[in-house]
Amino acid sequence: MSNDTQKTKEAAPSGGTAERDSGRSRMAQSQQEYYISLVVRLSIIGVAIIFALFPVLFVVSSAFNPEGTLSTQSFVPSGIDSVDDLTTNFQALMVDELEQFPFWNWIANSAFVAGISTILIVMISALAAYSFSRFRFTGRRSLLLFILLVQAFPNLLAMVALFLIMNDISRLADVIPQALPFLDFIDWGFIELLGLNSLGGLILVYLGGAMGVNTWLMKGFFDSIPKDIDESAVVDGATHWQTFWILIFPLVRPILVVVGILAFVGTFNEFVLARVLLRDKEQWTLMLGLFQFINADFNRDWGKFAAGALVSAVPVVAIYLALQDQIVGGLTVGAVKG
Amino acid sequence: MSATSSQVKSPAGDLTASINQTSPLVNGIKLALLMVFNAFLLILSYSFFYDDNIGLSIVFFLIFVLINATIFLPSLSPIRWMVPGLALIIFLVLYPIVYTVLVSFTNYGDGHLLSKAQSIDLIQERRYVPDDAITYNWEAYQNEAGEYGLWLTREVDDGIETAFAREGGSAIEILDDAAEEPPSEFDGFTQLDRAGRTQALQALSETIFGEGEDTAQIVNRREVARPLNQRFVYDDNADTITDLATETTYVADGELGFFIDQNDANNQLSPGYRVGVGFDNFERLINDPGLRGPLVDIFVWTVVFAMLSVLTTFAMGLFMAMVMNDPGVPARKILRSLLIIPYAIPGVIGILVWRGMLNENLGIITNAIADSFINYRIPWFTDAIWAKVAIILVNLWLGYPYMMLICSGALSAIPSDIYEAAAVDGATPTQRFWRITLPLLLVTVGPLLVASFAYNFNNYLMIELLTRGDPPIAGSPVPAGYTDILISYTYGLAFGSDRGADYGYASAITIIIFALVAAITMLQYRFTKTWEETGENV
Repeated sequence: MSNDTQKTKEAAPSGGTAERDSGRSRMAQSQQEYYISLVVRLSIIGVAIIFALFPVLFVVSSAFNPEGTLSTQSFVPSGIDSVDDLTTNFQALMVDELEQFPFWNWIANSAFVAGISTILIVMISALAAYSFSRFRFTGRRSLLLFILLVQAFPNLLAMVALFLIMNDISRLADVIPQALPFLDFIDWGFIELLGLNSLGGLILVYLGGAMGVNTWLMKGFFDSIPKDIDESAVVDGATHWQTFWILIFPLVRPILVVVGILAFVGTFNEFVLARVLLRDKEQWTLMLGLFQFINADFNRDWGKFAAGALVSAVPVVAIYLALQDQIVGGLTVGAVKG
Repeated sequence: MSATSSQVKSPAGDLTASINQTSPLVNGIKLALLMVFNAFLLILSYSFFYDDNIGLSIVFFLIFVLINATIFLPSLSPIRWMVPGLALIIFLVLYPIVYTVLVSFTNYGDGHLLSKAQSIDLIQERRYVPDDAITYNWEAYQNEAGEYGLWLTREVDDGIETAFAREGGSAIEILDDAAEEPPSEFDGFTQLDRAGRTQALQALSETIFGEGEDTAQIVNRREVARPLNQRFVYDDNADTITDLATETTYVADGELGFFIDQNDANNQLSPGYRVGVGFDNFERLINDPGLRGPLVDIFVWTVVFAMLSVLTTFAMGLFMAMVMNDPGVPARKILRSLLIIPYAIPGVIGILVWRGMLNENLGIITNAIADSFINYRIPWFTDAIWAKVAIILVNLWLGYPYMMLICSGALSAIPSDIYEAAAVDGATPTQRFWRITLPLLLVTVGPLLVASFAYNFNNYLMIELLTRGDPPIAGSPVPAGYTDILISYTYGLAFGSDRGADYGYASAITIIIFALVAAITMLQYRFTKTWEETGENV
């Protein structure tokens, strides 16, 4: 901008008033062009927003539409005579048909799986990142690269193997008493809580992908914390564990939050591995349950699906919109999950 | 000498001191916990070994070694911090990869699910009704745990003998002074009515009642036979199984994984067992024309899908980022939030909603198009081309916000004086875009595009939820559809097919996908030069 004014200043002395006038009209013209371009921009944005939000509005409309089937949906809900009509689908979903669709179980399962996975993922990667950031040891560099490379293989690919392995774990409850009869006094049934068709098993599988990108993200942040802090603590007689837990942990909270949000949203939304590993509907997560609503009969339970989708998407969308800058930062650094 | 050492404290010395300061109680508890955990790991390792599961046995032994080495060898102490993560990686990332490779060289699948020892055990449990067996009439019962019981009666010389037989491990009980009519309740068991009995007949006829030598089984709708004899006997030395009922000898075939009748090769004992089949699964991939046909189609579509996905989302994302880039746009923050909502919505929900809107008969979009001047009911899911269009469209909706976000970040990082210089040199806006914006953008965004390609290459979620691979490819010997990508095709082979699970073949395809993903990853690293970066970083 300052360049432009300088140029006009240079041009002005040599030319007369005529040139100055034409310059002004040029400015008016560009002003006009600018407004036209703004209008074009805004209309493009408008079209894009319609594209983006049309499905969302459709779900909201379906959720409140008392006509619960897909065939009776219109963009504007019809047949609403009273406030009760608005909640027909929610009533069916959350109160009336729990026997068939244990909706609250699914919410509890999803919250449990995502919550526990998040806490453990953050802890596991923070511990590793601290070590990588603070200690120098042989094999450190290869270990870092190994962790990153191993994660390049999505565990989705190994789902057949994971299914078979989890099946083997479930079998252990019967095998251990046979293999070691003197241990029969312990009830080994608890191992099934970590095997196939269990939330524990699903969490284990999610934890397999815990390190990798998260450790890298955290290590970068840990490196930015001055080492003098650790050293002075050690001089004062603190162990490494105390240094980590009391001094460093509070300082790296921002990166822990980013990793935590990404882990929570990721595990909350995960579908494929959950579907392979969880069989009974009481064990399903929310995403599996929602899928099941319309897997059997796409038309019949559409309204209930929409109500459930609305209830489960709202918190996730809220988290995203509130923390979009942090999430985008994390995603771009991590370079995963497009 | 002692004076100097007490004055000059090294940090290391201090550390040892502080460790020594910890109370013996705390150390004792730590040690006890470690012992319990070690015992647990060794129990797991041994039990897997006992169960013929050498792979997992080794895995848990390795984890045991890892934990104890890092605790007791001072030079490995930094690794102690990452033991939980490393143990999980060994168990749930590395081992599954190794296991996939191992399975791909076997015939693991329906009909060959068990190890040889397990299969022999199962076959030896079978019983048959010998000629001299006695028969009873029966009534079916079931308790709350779902176990079956049978009320048995038969005529003997001095009246009627009554007995009650339970499923699973308790002896058949002779009732001396029982009621003549079967009671409706007996010892926690409830009598099944006619309908319940018909429903349970299949399960009942497969159940062995009683225990040990004295067992009974339903032979037909009216009769139960008792006692039964063991039918099959395994001969360890000859590696054969003899059928005592028919006097047939079955010989183990280590290549097919079956015990096969010597005189009639089609007569096999089921279940079979797992055996190594070498490269058979891979050869089938290449040689079997029925498999090769769909596989080539599926591979081509997988690549096309991944490329189109990246191109469309990137094009729209970049376009929107450039449109939004003008500071004159009002309420930019709010508009941006609205535009990224598709990305924030859980993918499962977004895809299913689209599937509802595009439904061929009832979908709101299909109906709107059919009712408009276009007047054409688009066969979104029954026509191969339209199904592919639907997939790309929905993926565009899901994916463009991510591209928009990373592009707007990258755009603002391009220094503005480059554009000014270009304007001075008289570059048109088109030239500026193709010569300046795009090349500079690709430097930063390029690796993310490769990552996105790799992700979409395995975007199982999209395919499975939107089309399930449909419409099906006619005449394919294995279930395959026109919109199947490699990973969804593999999943169908492993779990979903009517022909039964074929884990071996599915693993073989998985390995090929592994190789492709590895190649893409290598490409990504060359792109980003991550190797050099890590070199500086570390």
